[in-house]
Amino acid sequence: MGPIRTIALVGNPNAGKSALFNALTGARQKIANYPGVTVERKAGRLQLLQSGGTSEPVELIDLPGSYSLADTTSPDEEVTRKFVLGELEGEAHPDVIVVVLDAANLEQHLVFAQEVIALGRPTVVALNMVDLAERDGLVLDPEALGHALGVPVVPTVAVRRRGLAELAAAMGEARVDDPGHVDDRRIGHLTLPERRLAAQNIAKAAILSESGAHRLYSGLDRALLNPWLGPLILFALLFVIFQAVFAWATPFADALDAGAGTLTDLARASMPEGIARDFVTEGVIAGVGSVVVFLPQIVILFFFILVMEASGYMARAAFLMDRLMAGVGLSGRSFIPLLSSFACAIPGIMATRSIADPKGRLTTILIAPLMTCSARLPVYLVIIGAVIPNIRVAPFIGLQGLVLFGLYVAGIVGAMAAALLLRRTVMRGKASGFIMELPRYQWPILKDLMIGLWQRAWVFLRRAGTIILTATIVLWLLLTFPRGDEGESQVGASFAGQIAGAMHPAFEPIGFNREMTLALVPAMAAREVAVSSLATTYAIDSEDENRTIEALRGRIADLWGLPTALAFLAWFVFAPQCISTIAVARRETNGWKWPAFMVGYLFALAYIFAGITYWGAIALGL
Amino acid sequence: MLWQRGAMTLDQLPCGSSATITAVAWDMLAPEEALRLRVLGVDEGAKITIAHRGIFGGRDPIAVNLGRMTIALRRVHAAAMQVTKA
Repeated sequence: MGPIRTIALVGNPNAGKSALFNALTGARQKIANYPGVTVERKAGRLQLLQSGGTSEPVELIDLPGSYSLADTTSPDEEVTRKFVLGELEGEAHPDVIVVVLDAANLEQHLVFAQEVIALGRPTVVALNMVDLAERDGLVLDPEALGHALGVPVVPTVAVRRRGLAELAAAMGEARVDDPGHVDDRRIGHLTLPERRLAAQNIAKAAILSESGAHRLYSGLDRALLNPWLGPLILFALLFVIFQAVFAWATPFADALDAGAGTLTDLARASMPEGIARDFVTEGVIAGVGSVVVFLPQIVILFFFILVMEASGYMARAAFLMDRLMAGVGLSGRSFIPLLSSFACAIPGIMATRSIADPKGRLTTILIAPLMTCSARLPVYLVIIGAVIPNIRVAPFIGLQGLVLFGLYVAGIVGAMAAALLLRRTVMRGKASGFIMELPRYQWPILKDLMIGLWQRAWVFLRRAGTIILTATIVLWLLLTFPRGDEGESQVGASFAGQIAGAMHPAFEPIGFNREMTLALVPAMAAREVAVSSLATTYAIDSEDENRTIEALRGRIADLWGLPTALAFLAWFVFAPQCISTIAVARRETNGWKWPAFMVGYLFALAYIFAGITYWGAIALGL
Repeated sequence: MLWQRGAMTLDQLPCGSSATITAVAWDMLAPEEALRLRVLGVDEGAKITIAHRGIFGGRDPIAVNLGRMTIALRRVHAAAMQVTKA
């Protein structure tokens, strides 16, 4: 037999599989997608002492958590099944399979473990979280369990790095031709209830003593899932998260902005004046920089999301929100992706992967751009500052803040209405149900959090370096060529300007002037570019950004009427003004059909509501 | 066991009560949801305790304790399961 090259890590969700994977491989992990499906492929390297006596690197694959091999109910479980069976295209048949079990939940986890062992591949069982099981009052006999299953069983505590060396040794020695293995293959012919019964018997034999069914932290659920207290706690937590995302991120975002400024200065100083320099400063640095400034917000948001996930609270949040989401034909699982979308729709759309029901997932993707992402904030702040008077309508409530709040609410209401409509038309189907395990509460492990944060940040930065870079270069080209004559506005003379000129008749009925139409074109790269575009068109040239904003506000207050400004705000509530979001939707839905639909219905909504706002405001005499 | 006319279903149980699932009308559920419930162990013969219920819409969803697991499901699923109180 040759050396072991690939090892697959499988197990039920919540078995502590990812923690074990992190402990075994450290931070050096590769994240990619399995071809053709939006399931994450996580792989890491590990030095393994092989049976020949040599130490060689092996690839360890962390497969998606599964409840069953035979009865798969999600794309994730399908990938696990095919991978383990060696049927996944482009993937080697794993030489060894490691089944991770939650020691405190043997009767459930053994159902799946039996299926894997029955395949007859070299298998090792990691009896994980034995410390928690002990605290739960369970004393287990790993040897008896190994005897019953016919494969080596190694007790581990991934988060304390206990049992890792023993597990690695067992992996290196795993072989098919273990005696006593053959008999157990009959399990493969068992039905699900029979496997369940067998699991109960095996678990019973492996449990030496059990002091009551005491569940650690079970009292927590009494408060967190309390029908009245639970939602209050959840909303308090959401409030803190929002505060953090918008307040804590500012210094870091400013630092990144300053960094981009320094880079621009450096390029200006070291390159000769001309098109090439403009390309670097106005195209590449400004374009990518405008997206990278959102990194602090995304990292902070993901910090909270990862803590909520690792602690087990996320499933409770989904439970609490389920009834509300069911009202519009979605389930509690859609809550987290939509929450993420308040920072940025890109991580939000990626987070829809956890929604098992395909129609529920697609609906969530289609409405995610309606959540007010942070890129809209600069646009909102400039326009509101320009046209809404800074007065108080009630103690502590300013009119400007009220309008801003109203824009957020408009996005949420729009999303809920869209979901309701979509679920009754193109996404019609049996209500996407809500069935999920509420995992045991656990303290999040700092190292796992850090690895998770780094991975999210990296995925985001990689996107900024590819899709977003390309989009900004194309836009820069459109804005730069053909060159305008002396004294003529470059933006007006450019292809983008010509496109805006052609578009303008369509936007006149909803009150948009030429400059506004023009601002919509570069805003496709990122919404907040609308602000700098307006500044350029109104020929406000200032090195100091704050003075630019002030001057722009003055100009808008002079030139735009209130109806026009409100129509512009309404447009930004709905318009899919972001190429990256469309690109992510394409990747996550494997085609252009749904992104095209999304862009179409959102632009239609934006047009209709901007029009209603404009004519409504005029009718009211504003 | 067979589905019995008028027998109590899981969705009628209040918080804190324990019961055994005696029959499930699988055809009332979407096939993939039925499968998901079964692989989680929510099946005929399972002994469950109602741990939590929501506030709105007939106190939907429902969290049930099953062995050492807690599983959330909707009232429509629970309505397809007949139980006998423990």
